[in-house]
Amino acid sequence: MSTTVSDTHSAHDAHDDHHDHKPTGIKRWLFTTNHKDIGSMYLWFSFLMFLVGGSMALMIRAELFQPGMQIIDPHFFNQMTTMHGVIMVFGAVMPAFVGLANWMIPMMIGAPDMALPRMNNWSFWILPFAFLIMLSSFFMPGGAPAFGWTFYAPLSTTYSTDSTALFVFSMHIMGMSSIMGAINVIVTIMNMRAPGMNYMKMPLFVWTWFITAFLLIAVMPVLAGVVTMVLTDKYFGTSFFDAAGGGDPVLFQHLFWFFGHPEVYIMILPSFGIVSAIIPAFARKPLFGYASMVYATASIAGLSFLVWAHHMFTTGMPTFASLFFMYMTMLIAVPTGVKVFNWVSTMWRGAMTFETPMLFSLAFVILFTIGGFSGIMLAITPVDYQYHDTYFVVAHFHYVLVTGAVFSIMAAAYYWLPKWSGVMYDDFLSKLHFWCSLISVNILFFPMHFVGLAGMPRRIPDYAIQFADINQIVSIGGFLFGFSQLIFLAVALKCAFKKGKPAPAKPWEGAEGLEWTVPSPAPYHTFDVPPKV
Amino acid sequence: MSEHESNEQKHERGNSRVITRLLASVMLMFAFGFALVPLYEKFCEITGFNGRTTNTASQTNEGMNVDETRVVTVEFHTRVSRGIPWEFHPEVRSIRVHPGEVKTVNFIIENRTDKAVIAQALPSVSPGEASLYLNKTECFCFEQQPLAAGERAVMPMQFYLDPDLPDRIHRFTLSYMMYDLTEQGQATANLSE
Ligand code: HEM
Ligand SMILES: [Cu+2]
Repeated sequence: MSTTVSDTHSAHDAHDDHHDHKPTGIKRWLFTTNHKDIGSMYLWFSFLMFLVGGSMALMIRAELFQPGMQIIDPHFFNQMTTMHGVIMVFGAVMPAFVGLANWMIPMMIGAPDMALPRMNNWSFWILPFAFLIMLSSFFMPGGAPAFGWTFYAPLSTTYSTDSTALFVFSMHIMGMSSIMGAINVIVTIMNMRAPGMNYMKMPLFVWTWFITAFLLIAVMPVLAGVVTMVLTDKYFGTSFFDAAGGGDPVLFQHLFWFFGHPEVYIMILPSFGIVSAIIPAFARKPLFGYASMVYATASIAGLSFLVWAHHMFTTGMPTFASLFFMYMTMLIAVPTGVKVFNWVSTMWRGAMTFETPMLFSLAFVILFTIGGFSGIMLAITPVDYQYHDTYFVVAHFHYVLVTGAVFSIMAAAYYWLPKWSGVMYDDFLSKLHFWCSLISVNILFFPMHFVGLAGMPRRIPDYAIQFADINQIVSIGGFLFGFSQLIFLAVALKCAFKKGKPAPAKPWEGAEGLEWTVPSPAPYHTFDVPPKV
Repeated sequence: MSEHESNEQKHERGNSRVITRLLASVMLMFAFGFALVPLYEKFCEITGFNGRTTNTASQTNEGMNVDETRVVTVEFHTRVSRGIPWEFHPEVRSIRVHPGEVKTVNFIIENRTDKAVIAQALPSVSPGEASLYLNKTECFCFEQQPLAAGERAVMPMQFYLDPDLPDRIHRFTLSYMMYDLTEQGQATANLSE
């Protein structure tokens, strides 16, 4: 992608606007419609949620450090696993991606802002309230939701406490926020591209987000429907999921996973886009197979609607259905394999250097693939009877979510921090963060495979004595990983307070794309006049 | 300048068209979520996917051939909804039938509480496919069962298997879950007293 842009021009515009349109203090953040401000707020919010959800994980790991009950009682333990899952999925990973989309999509396609800036402000500001409502349920009688992030009926209907109402309400708000964000992304990409930026010239991060946004539009309303049914089953006498009233609890699982499986791709497709930007930059070669990347992303998104019941093999499906979902799931490995192949081919014979964004991306490629392999194991119906609901599943989804989604978000943050803040991040601290994270995350999650295969169930506060050693190792890894993230906090704060070497407009020699044609830090307004692509 | 403005207007128009379509898709998917409920029910009814049997009496097996070359084992399984102190079990744990042959099995229920209750049994068949061939001409599960305090009742269930039952099914389980509908069924209870 060759790009020419009149730097002076956009810098000049930015200078004017700096003084004209930027309110100060709290008002700036409350009323901002600027995509960069909103992006930053999303990113800080998601990091805060990451720390909150992480603390809950550490509470879980502290209890599991030894067999027997030591620190927290089983009911509180269940609240911890539930809220940890909900917060990490809806509070940490998804908002982080929306924050990146806000910052980068307009700059990558040469647009002055998101298409719907006022809605953008709303979609961010309702989120903190959603999580305040969710977290306040800890203070209700019976405590916070304890039915797992999957809120299976009848756990969430017959056997739940009244915090379910708060859970449902806050899920509605989160859903609205995601839907608004998705609409904004789609409209921006369809209508705001700079002249000459046709679809097949868009950076892959834009492409993957475009497809993700359609997934959000398709499944968030279904989630809203399911939580509504849970609410009416619990409080208004309906029987969607209650067999006694003619409903079917298994229907809950079908509806939930119809949302749930596309949801896991919502959390990984933008990662694919990030890694597809970073690897070419540090391998100093164009991305191998750009078009095949786009088609692979689209086919993964399409297939994600046909695999939901791989989460439900043990509910007793007819053989034909089991086989169908098993083979469809394995089919997804094909486009995913294409992607991994393309990343590796991009690096092949490249002039590689190993700056921190590249290190996180490399770790992503390897560790995400490990998560993909355990996923294929779980897709095999007969063996899933053994793996289902064990720590093997916990290991699997943390490899794809933590070393997949979260590592790619870290990579993105390091890659674009110079652009956002105008200073280079602290290189030493960033490398320290990477190596500490890489080592501890494997101490944390790899041994979970083994206890899982040996039969340790998930969502359990106590375990058989023979699992003690491995759980101790896992817990130590957990605390190391958790505290390593504070190094990232230090790096981010240093950048936010402009402590560091000033960053040039394009700090990475091999980087491509319009975002590097504007100065660092990116001026408050960029591309008021569309660049020529 | 005027050209710039008209461009902007074109943008606005383009935006609102896309937004309208996206909002319509959101509404559609929300409705689709709810539409899945009856669709799932219908799908299960046709395929036997969730093993639910019909709760109306089938016609008798008149004119149906009894297939004496095959024997199918039907196992019975009973459960009482959590936390309710009733006794509920079949007289026999399993029987062997020829497809087409009519059999009756008695189920026994005992209310071990000192309160009158209304019970309702819900059948389910596993593997679900077999439910399509199970015809019940009489079943306690068709209606609610009022039980006085401490009452013990014998409840018959009469059925036959459709001879079209696929050959590969030699054995299946018919399970009954007994629910307490005392609160919901109060009106009926008053009538029967
Ligand atoms: C400090 C890092 C983390 C640690 C130590 C950790 C640990 C755990 C533990 C121990 C469980 C409970 C397993 C169980 O008892 O069943 C769990 C569940 C879960 N975690 Fe994490 N986790 C971490 C980060 C994350 C992240 C970043 C995500 C998402 C992006 C995530 C997503 C989930 C989900 C979805 C569940 C399932 C919750 C449920 O069972 O309902 N975790 N995690
Ligand atoms: Cu899935």
